Amino acid sequence: MSEGRVVVVGAGIVGTAIARALARDGHHVIVVDGRPVGSGATAAGMGHIPVMDDSEPQFALSRYSQTLWDELSERLPASVEFDRCGTLWVAADDEEMVEIDRKKRFYDERGLPSDVLDSRALLREEPNLRPGLAGGLVLPRDQVVYPPCAARFLLDEALSMGSEARIGTPVVAIEGHGVRLANGEQIEADAVVNAAGWHAATLTPGLEIRPRKGHLIITDRYPGYLRHQVLELGYLKSAHGSDRDSVAFNVQPRRTGQVLLGSSRQYDISDPKVDRPILERMVKRALEYMPTLSRLSAIRVWTGFRAATPDSLPIIGPHPEHPGLFLATGHEGLGISTSLGTAELIAAQVGGRTSPIPPEPYWPARLMTVTPHV
Amino acid sequence: MPSSRAFDILVIGAGPAGMAAAVAAASSGSRVGVVDDNPGPGGQIWRNEGHKPSTREAAAWFEQIRSSSLDYLYATQVLGPIGSGVLLAEISGCAVELSYDRLILATGARELFLPFPGWTLPNVFGAGGFQALVKSGLPIEGKSVVVAGSGPLLLAVAAYLKRHGADVRLVAEQAPIGKLARFGLGLWREPGKLKQAIRLKLSMGATRYKAGCWPVAAEVGAVTLSNGPKTWREPCDYLACGFGLVPNTELALALECSMAQGFVGVDTLQRTTIPDVFAAGEITGIGGLDLSLVEGQIAGHSAAGDEVSARKLFGRRERARLFARGLDRTFALRDEVQTLARPDTIVCRCEDVCYSSLAGHGSWLEAKLQTRCGMGACQGRVCGAAVGILYGWTRTSVRPPIFPTPLGNLAGT
Repeated sequence: MSEGRVVVVGAGIVGTAIARALARDGHHVIVVDGRPVGSGATAAGMGHIPVMDDSEPQFALSRYSQTLWDELSERLPASVEFDRCGTLWVAADDEEMVEIDRKKRFYDERGLPSDVLDSRALLREEPNLRPGLAGGLVLPRDQVVYPPCAARFLLDEALSMGSEARIGTPVVAIEGHGVRLANGEQIEADAVVNAAGWHAATLTPGLEIRPRKGHLIITDRYPGYLRHQVLELGYLKSAHGSDRDSVAFNVQPRRTGQVLLGSSRQYDISDPKVDRPILERMVKRALEYMPTLSRLSAIRVWTGFRAATPDSLPIIGPHPEHPGLFLATGHEGLGISTSLGTAELIAAQVGGRTSPIPPEPYWPARLMTVTPHV
Repeated sequence: MPSSRAFDILVIGAGPAGMAAAVAAASSGSRVGVVDDNPGPGGQIWRNEGHKPSTREAAAWFEQIRSSSLDYLYATQVLGPIGSGVLLAEISGCAVELSYDRLILATGARELFLPFPGWTLPNVFGAGGFQALVKSGLPIEGKSVVVAGSGPLLLAVAAYLKRHGADVRLVAEQAPIGKLARFGLGLWREPGKLKQAIRLKLSMGATRYKAGCWPVAAEVGAVTLSNGPKTWREPCDYLACGFGLVPNTELALALECSMAQGFVGVDTLQRTTIPDVFAAGEITGIGGLDLSLVEGQIAGHSAAGDEVSARKLFGRRERARLFARGLDRTFALRDEVQTLARPDTIVCRCEDVCYSSLAGHGSWLEAKLQTRCGMGACQGRVCGAAVGILYGWTRTSVRPPIFPTPLGNLAGT
């Protein structure tokens, strides 16, 4: 079966997942990116695949995506480092334990397993947490992957189904039915998917996306130091809070035995350099929860830019004014997690099929200032 | 809260270039600090020689260092810049902020490792690293050693090992005999060097020195060498390999100094492209002891604002550069030693990445992300230069910290 020709702009995890889904549906896909596969926000993501409870649309997309990762997990190569290590949300005090109970009810009502831990059980699960924390909630089905290799795997699958990849020459414009590259070359297509992360807004004006800078630290190898991805409950406050800079305790065990430490959020900075004050705040925050981290040898600090939207939901779907243009960006800190679900939504929309989950909450039109037709 | 120290001029590295820079800078009366990760001055070439210098020249420089008014920060690792005019460093595990008006980078060079089958075995060492191990107590008496690779370092290491009782079976120099002869004949212009060479040669006694041959594989207890047509096994307890040097440009890159062909770019006054940051020695181009010393002096004087004294040394620097260029030409690596890796040869030791898994990637960034090559505890110091030779990939930036450090040191106040 031969469907249409689709250009996917962006070879991050979202773009490569979309390429794979479209190729499977019989489209001829051309993935275009100026930079190596999975080297943008994908390389600065932790690769955590949780089911989120901060809003119904976020839950729907993250849960659907997690089941897709589950289905895919058998076929993932070792390099993707798929690990069902689970998520442990930590409550610092009794007030936060009330939130743990709410979370538990939320997941119970939706049929997802979760386990409440008291103060002692918390230390049993993660002995390096500071004593005296109130408790926590474990979501045992949550996962972790190594994002750059996950993106490479998704692209390789697309290529094996006849897709093309044009890596190394950036797209400078999306125009008419296709894209124009920096070398002047035009690629014509029946549809274009803009999955260029926070750069998407420069190619599609009117998109409300802002870069939101983040820092990551990785340590040398300490096998067994950590068992779950461990986050403070205040993480969501940091992720969704005001425009101000914020940090949250968020630490992850890598398959290699390394410990990956986040997270920070800063709006409207385009300088990728490590920002000393916020890095210090981020480390201090982590040490408040896990004091022994201070002795672990840090080998690398790096930064990246999330594509943030005003309502903390991604932008997935057809452009309200330009037929044939689809958008898949604005995933903020959940691009790795929700890439597979995003891909299915886009594939359904490009193919004119019914979406696997209600697509309306993610439609681009909600955030776009539509220019009136004359 | 990390303690902090302030200097007019801060010198990073206390090898010959850093020693010379510090002495020259201090002569102006500036407050000069000298930082090195070793416990004392001397760098690689004069390591641990503070109390027992190996040459009269070394003795003179150690004496000058002792009699200059300098603040020493030894056993100190610079982790990176943390703002304008401030570096974060680690001393005895603790974070220290070092601020400066002017900075002189004299961070020297490390050995170039070329991957070949067996190069990661426990009996295979870098030539300089092996000498350092013996200096710090590895028993070598009666052990058989093959020294292989390229450059004058091989002879120096072989002579040192012999003096300490090793049975040096062979020094295998990859450069062809013709090039060596031309270089040797040119030494009449450098009587000092000629004397040094003759002394080294004499101290080698009956040790075999073979030009035009190189290691192709190592195993426990032996090395396989080749001269092209012929390949043979040479039994030995240790193989010490030196293929040249790689500049330690990490701090310069972190400071965003411009590079020129992999080295820190400097003008005639040893100024980098970043204001108030100077560079001297091997990081500006591999040139050996004499060039390092004179560049260090020039950098020290110009950092102290004494351009007149700096300019007086330009002629000496030019002569040292000519000699360095001769060395470069003579010991240029032949293609055969740049292509020794087999598909299953490890290239990145930290992350166990082999040659074949790197092939097909378009850039260092891509290879790093997909294979983890260079992402381990050595931060690409070993494999970074190797992939430069094997694949032509270059490193254009560094990730902080420049050296691994306890996470607590990144927490600030």
